[in-house]
Amino acid sequence: MFEIVQDILDVRTLALQVASQSDGAIVTFSGIVRGTNQGKKVLFLEYEAYPEMAGKMMERIGKEILDTWGLSSVRMQHRVGRLNVGETSVVIVVAAPHRDDAFAACQYAINRLKRIVPIWKKEVFEDGEVWVEGPVETVEVP
Amino acid sequence: MKVRVRLFAALREIVGQEEVELELASGTTVSGLWEKLVSRNDRLAPYAKSINFAVNHDFVSRETQLAPDDEVAFLPPVSGG
Repeated sequence: MFEIVQDILDVRTLALQVASQSDGAIVTFSGIVRGTNQGKKVLFLEYEAYPEMAGKMMERIGKEILDTWGLSSVRMQHRVGRLNVGETSVVIVVAAPHRDDAFAACQYAINRLKRIVPIWKKEVFEDGEVWVEGPVETVEVP
Repeated sequence: MKVRVRLFAALREIVGQEEVELELASGTTVSGLWEKLVSRNDRLAPYAKSINFAVNHDFVSRETQLAPDDEVAFLPPVSGG
């Protein structure tokens, strides 16, 4: 349900896993590798994760969504390794009885992933490479 | 006591290893372990203000005391997504 993978991601397969007769909405999010960042042409990205902890932190996000919205039909997968421009780096799906909660929970999930899930990306350009670092903040200790 | 340190992204490249095992005095804190790593490789020093700390796959504060066989990680600001 919450995992780091090496393989190509497929959001449709994941969405089918959460479909049920009690849910009237499925919201999906796919993160895609952009070809430029801050005006520079990106050749490809290298993603690296702390897989054991990343899985645990994605589960924590799932628990937070359960506590806030009462939703348990949530899946998250993040890919690692070399990803070319246009490929999918992360997929999140949330099913809910009604759309408002599904949209809200899905947006919460990706925003939270970007803050607490130990994954890093390196951007590789024609003339160099750089580890991207998110905002500096102290993650709250549960 | 022995602890295992996991390193990722920029920190992994600076140290040149994914993983380090260290022998520490009992009562050593996460912060104390970080200082020890910096003393062995001062190129880590600039990360002091931006890293988060994890022990056994959970975020912890820098004052946390380590126990034998803990797995410690120093995490640069994450950039997944």
